[in-house]
Amino acid sequence: MDWKLFNTISGEFFYILIALIFVLVGLNAFRTVKHPSKKYTTLAFWLILAFTFAIGPHLPGIVTGICVVIVALLTGIKGVDHGECHDPEPAESRKHADHIGYKVFLPPLTLAVSAVLLASFLPKMSGAVVLGFSGIIGLIAALLLTKAGLRMSAQEGVRLMDNVGTTGFLPQLLSALGAVFTVAGVGEVISQGVSSVVPEGNKFIACVVYCLGMALFTIIMGNGFAAFSVITVGIGIPFLIMQGANPAVVGALGLTAGYCGTLLTPMAANFNIMPAALLETKSQYAIIKAQVPFALIMLLIHIGLLYFLAF
Amino acid sequence: MEILKLIGVLIVVIGFAVKLDTIATVVIAGIVTGLVAGMPLDQILTILGEKFLSNRLATMFVLTLPVIGLCERYGLKEKAIDLISRIKAATVGRIALLYQAIRILSSALSLRIGGHPQFVRPLINPMAQAAAESRYGKLDEKHQDAIKGLVASAENTGNFFGQNVFMASSGTLLISTTLIEQGYPDATNLAVAKWSIPVAVISVVVAALYYSYFDKSLQSKLLNGQKVK
Repeated sequence: MDWKLFNTISGEFFYILIALIFVLVGLNAFRTVKHPSKKYTTLAFWLILAFTFAIGPHLPGIVTGICVVIVALLTGIKGVDHGECHDPEPAESRKHADHIGYKVFLPPLTLAVSAVLLASFLPKMSGAVVLGFSGIIGLIAALLLTKAGLRMSAQEGVRLMDNVGTTGFLPQLLSALGAVFTVAGVGEVISQGVSSVVPEGNKFIACVVYCLGMALFTIIMGNGFAAFSVITVGIGIPFLIMQGANPAVVGALGLTAGYCGTLLTPMAANFNIMPAALLETKSQYAIIKAQVPFALIMLLIHIGLLYFLAF
Repeated sequence: MEILKLIGVLIVVIGFAVKLDTIATVVIAGIVTGLVAGMPLDQILTILGEKFLSNRLATMFVLTLPVIGLCERYGLKEKAIDLISRIKAATVGRIALLYQAIRILSSALSLRIGGHPQFVRPLINPMAQAAAESRYGKLDEKHQDAIKGLVASAENTGNFFGQNVFMASSGTLLISTTLIEQGYPDATNLAVAKWSIPVAVISVVVAALYYSYFDKSLQSKLLNGQKVK
């Protein structure tokens, strides 16, 4: 069989499924958001995204580009709200838990394992198709185990997607931003600046600068994903990958080097400040204090790992 | 002025730092960078649109949500609590370590076991505080804070350093799509997930050493050198 055709057709099928979930999230929000104008802007947000996922590839790129700008406007004016979803009742989940037992871990496990197996044994299958099929295999396992219907699994997908909200697109958008940076030549400017610090061809110093750069940018921004796009295009690719480093190693270690920065910064309030309030600590920095030694040790380890694994 | 091209980077840094809307910040940074580089607006929008579409893989995690949501409704969290509350560990450090290791393992498999509100506050922190009190008696606020900080940090490190081992985690997909977009097709999400394993394993080792040091220093501070009974 022609893998390219198979990947395109089944990939588009899975993106249409995602678009369908977006439509359902939008409709649910439209029904349940109380705010008189936000219910419309929220619906518009999800419908436009669904449109780009399902139909975008068949239209000129500029159409999706304009859609992305509209979507950004809608989130920029804080027009996107969460809908009300029927969260599981503790009593209901408890009853199911007692009935099903530890087998409830099996469907997600099936999903994770089938993704690894498909990608390992069918290397020509595209990443999107692997994830799509493993999602379906996991879903079949979940339906068999719980005896729930498709309708309920769609509801659950909508509930979690609504929880994730607008930031769910951040990785996709950041990858696109990285591409714009590359076309505009941002990476070259950064790498010219860095080359005055990093002696040419010194791989160890390049590892140090990349890991520290990731951590530092994450400390400032509070977000490792955003740092990853900038630092990988500017430092990781010219100073490591183009010097022969394994791209997957650089990328994998780069993001977790950034997470060492997340552990250190009050900017990552969701992880470091709000939980301190939740635990009623006297100092709002109690969590960061506990994390400082851990983060610094892990950062050093990242530099060493990068140097030894990537080259 | 080549250096002006960095304005997009500056916009991203400032936008995230002052907590502007993240999506809007990223789009503005992209458009301004393109304009500064002398690209016409329609070309910028075309690139933005084409690249947004070619990176849809990064949002593929959505298809894992129905499975995870369904299992949550059918008691995933409850069974995780059953499992964790059976832990018999005598010290703060060992409770934190077991939780960190479970968190690493579960995020590697995309089981959403974890979270400060769901697990740390109702379960792990009380277990750790009780373990400390049974050894050292009533604790003062300073030491209670230190224990809270430690168990909360176990949640974060387990979450951060384990999640990329899962092939459909958004971090793994971000890494993979960014590198493929930049012309490195071998950086598949499987490869990225594999190369995330060393850090996940090492973080448990570091946790083991660091938490046992925490136990020792707690003991020496609270017992003034006496032997534990």
